[in-house]
Amino acid sequence: MVADSNILVRVENLKKYFPITRGWLFSRQVGTVKAVDDVSLDIRQGETLGVVGESGCGKSTTGRAILQLHKPTSWHVFFEDVDLTTLNAAELRALRPKMQMIFQDSVAALNPRHSVGKIIGEPLVIHNVGTAREVHERVIELMEMVGLKPAWIKRFPHEFSGGQRQRINIARALALNPNFIVCDEPISALDVSIQAQVVNLLKELQKQLGLTYLFIAHDLSMVRHISDRVAVMYLGKVMELANRNDLFRDPLHPYTQSLSSAVPVPMPKHERRRRRFILKGDPPSPSNPPSGCVFHTRCPLSVEMCVTTVPEFRELRPDHFVACHLTDTETGSKIPEQTVLASELT
Amino acid sequence: MTAATPQVGFDEFEEQTWQKRLAYVGRLLQRDRGGMLGFILFILIVLTAIFAPVIAPHDPLKQNLRAAKQPPAWQEGGSWEQPLGTDTLGRDMLSRIIFGTRVSLTVGFFGVLIAGTLGMVSGLVAGYVGGRVDGAIMGVVNIFLAIPYLVFVVVVAAILGRNLLNVILIFGITDSPIFARVTRGEVLRIRESGYVESAVSAGASTGRILFDHILPNLIGPLITLATFEMSAMIFYEAGLSFLGLSVPPSVPSWGNMLQVGRQYLTIYPWIATWPGVAIAITALTFNLLGDWLRDVLDPRLRRSRK
Amino acid sequence: MEPILQVRDMVTRFYSVDGVVHAINGVNFDLYEGETLAVVGESGSGKSVTMMSIVNLIPQPPGKVEGGQAIFSYGEMAQDLLQLSEDEIRHVRGGQIGFIFQDPISSLNPTMTIGSQIAESMTEHLGFSASEARSKTVELLRNVGIPDSERRFNAYPHHFSGGMRQRVMIAIAVACRPKIVIADEPTTALDVTVQAQIVDLVKRLQEQMGVAVVWITHDLGVVAGLADRVLVMYGGTVVESAPVDNLYEDPRHPYTIGLLKAIPRLDATGEAETEELEVIEGVPPDLYQELTLCPFAPRCGYAFDRCWAEVPPLIEVGVQHGAACFYDVERGGPRNGS
Repeated sequence: MVADSNILVRVENLKKYFPITRGWLFSRQVGTVKAVDDVSLDIRQGETLGVVGESGCGKSTTGRAILQLHKPTSWHVFFEDVDLTTLNAAELRALRPKMQMIFQDSVAALNPRHSVGKIIGEPLVIHNVGTAREVHERVIELMEMVGLKPAWIKRFPHEFSGGQRQRINIARALALNPNFIVCDEPISALDVSIQAQVVNLLKELQKQLGLTYLFIAHDLSMVRHISDRVAVMYLGKVMELANRNDLFRDPLHPYTQSLSSAVPVPMPKHERRRRRFILKGDPPSPSNPPSGCVFHTRCPLSVEMCVTTVPEFRELRPDHFVACHLTDTETGSKIPEQTVLASELT
Repeated sequence: MTAATPQVGFDEFEEQTWQKRLAYVGRLLQRDRGGMLGFILFILIVLTAIFAPVIAPHDPLKQNLRAAKQPPAWQEGGSWEQPLGTDTLGRDMLSRIIFGTRVSLTVGFFGVLIAGTLGMVSGLVAGYVGGRVDGAIMGVVNIFLAIPYLVFVVVVAAILGRNLLNVILIFGITDSPIFARVTRGEVLRIRESGYVESAVSAGASTGRILFDHILPNLIGPLITLATFEMSAMIFYEAGLSFLGLSVPPSVPSWGNMLQVGRQYLTIYPWIATWPGVAIAITALTFNLLGDWLRDVLDPRLRRSRK
Repeated sequence: MEPILQVRDMVTRFYSVDGVVHAINGVNFDLYEGETLAVVGESGSGKSVTMMSIVNLIPQPPGKVEGGQAIFSYGEMAQDLLQLSEDEIRHVRGGQIGFIFQDPISSLNPTMTIGSQIAESMTEHLGFSASEARSKTVELLRNVGIPDSERRFNAYPHHFSGGMRQRVMIAIAVACRPKIVIADEPTTALDVTVQAQIVDLVKRLQEQMGVAVVWITHDLGVVAGLADRVLVMYGGTVVESAPVDNLYEDPRHPYTIGLLKAIPRLDATGEAETEELEVIEGVPPDLYQELTLCPFAPRCGYAFDRCWAEVPPLIEVGVQHGAACFYDVERGGPRNGS
């Protein structure tokens, strides 16, 4: 069981495989997509754990599997010392108020035929919290909390802008006073000037209500801004996990190094001077992941062992976890200064 | 420098009153001429069916052999007493056409009601439960769809006998697989949608998800489908009448009239022409209306001013 | 240097069920030979509609280009693109002006091999023979970094990954040696490591071919490493136009200033890491209303009476640097004469 009382959510060996099937009547499995493959994480009380990675790395699936929106293939998730694996449907439903989710697609996450009041109040109605009047009052309170005018309570989702719709989603997630919120790319569909509004709101709410976030995103700058610790995922596995300053100032995994070097910085003079490692090719398909270290096909440093053996995910420095064989070798896992990897074949 | 002038309209929503919604539907109709035509014709047809006894100039069943086979009023030998002429037994064509609307609409409406209910329930179960239940239901549906429709209808009609209720039941049952299919497809789509996932993560029960999230979002596509299917049923009913398998010959239905008229097509062409025109206009109306409803009932297309 | 494209007073509107969308409200800019011009803006700012209006690619109806000029000049030729017939403009598109779109999967024909899609435009616009076009295509595919290009000539779009598909799009865009390439959010749908590859590829091709690139994006980071000059758009108008260094180091329009402060930076250190992001309050303008004031005034902390009364023109504030603002941010007061 969880020893550290500071830990709110503990994920152990989470795996989520999606079968690929063919045929209708006599369907058979022809393959497996390893969306999440053996992920272990601790999420501490009151922190924001950022999860970054490219498309198909399994970051969203991880978030959904923790909340049991996808039934994982094998796993243990402890929420406040309760092993969610052992719960039946009713027990799980009773625990739902404590763990909520904010979705990326604010349009799709809102039922187009329900008014804002109904959307935000629905979790309260589901869990029989208070009378109709109390629900109404709570909805008004929530709307004010997220910066929506209470007068808009009868409006429908399509009457709102993207940023406002995301506020509706946030209000709904907050309705039942959760401790833990999975934010699945909550800002990536929003315009830049609106992104900052929503991020500031999330931070403000965290301070006010003592929330714990799992913040999933592909935007490294935003993840760095909002997170306390960051996990970098690639092809269903966590490559590196550390305090955000350690991770971005001194990344140990070659993937983290190339990922952060690929992010353009809004400073033209700096950009022109900057040394970049540009990885070759696209990430491989999770239905057919490479052997050994899943990153070896694109890693500029990969050696024999990377092809054959899966690297262990271990604590190399205090609170700094990494899954790379090269950290043990003499040359280390740092991409050397002079290496500038051309993306071209020329 | 003075203080900024407050700008109303930049951050405020327009109040959505029912007048504005009505005006919006009006604008949508104006833009879509076909929809406008369909809408107007639909209302006229429904009113005709309801007020048939008031509108019809004569009793549709009253025979008058002396005035039989009279051509329409504008042809030689016609009279404005019977503007569309009379049939072989001297019954007023216009009145029969007007009363025929009742048969067609009754079959269309109740047939679709039965088909829609059966199809929606089975499609909902198949789509939501999934797995083996889905396989079994869709198996039955596919078998139903594989049976030659007309042969099936002819056999059943021959066994059960000629009356309106039987026709409605046959149509209701044979048409339900189409509703089941569409419902299932929509349910699968909605089940994967963000708001259902959001409801699940809020701890919603199955009943709530079905009745609060899935059903309301099914209504639009199903009403659209119902409109098209009504048109098809009106067509098929006429076909069955024509084959003598629908309502008894005494009932003024467009198919029956067509059947009688067929024998005199070369000598008294109007007897077959009028029911044909009525069927064509009705089918067209429902198709135009369906096209228009498809656009109007989709909340994703109902864009806002913000 | 003469501009290759001069856009003047362009106005585009969309006539929708809900009313008239004032998408472009008098846009002016120049594009010079061989430069990279970034057009930056949020959704609804008119950045894409501007470029699509120039080459007659907006859906009509409901869209309508209602005024302005787009003088395209190269060599001795100078023509107003907005006055050309559909046939003439089609010849310009894909010939002298190439396109790269955000979503390569919907821009590529799924039933044609990628080789024939590229070769097709060569035979059509350059009059190449089939075998000539084929060998040029293979060479071009190699040049855009598609390995084994001889064999990939006969591959279909679904055989390619997202990044490779975008390379194919780029090959099509430059196949006819255009004077201008318009890239509409070409890396938005791609992962960041792939985005870096594509940015590099476009830069290299531009140097090789000397083509002018218009890069439409919302990402100020990509712009910094790529552009020579930047146009910032808001509410269907150009609010600031400047060489890239000036824009980032000395922005003069309150919107640009706010935007640059609203993005967190991966390179931030110390204080800047934890402080709150500065926020531009409010929401983007309602394009259903005709523009009679500065589109940014309702969200602007500096707005004064004149900003509510008229649309500010692009005012010169430095070398090649224009800002559509009546307020002098540097001096801290309304501009002279305001």
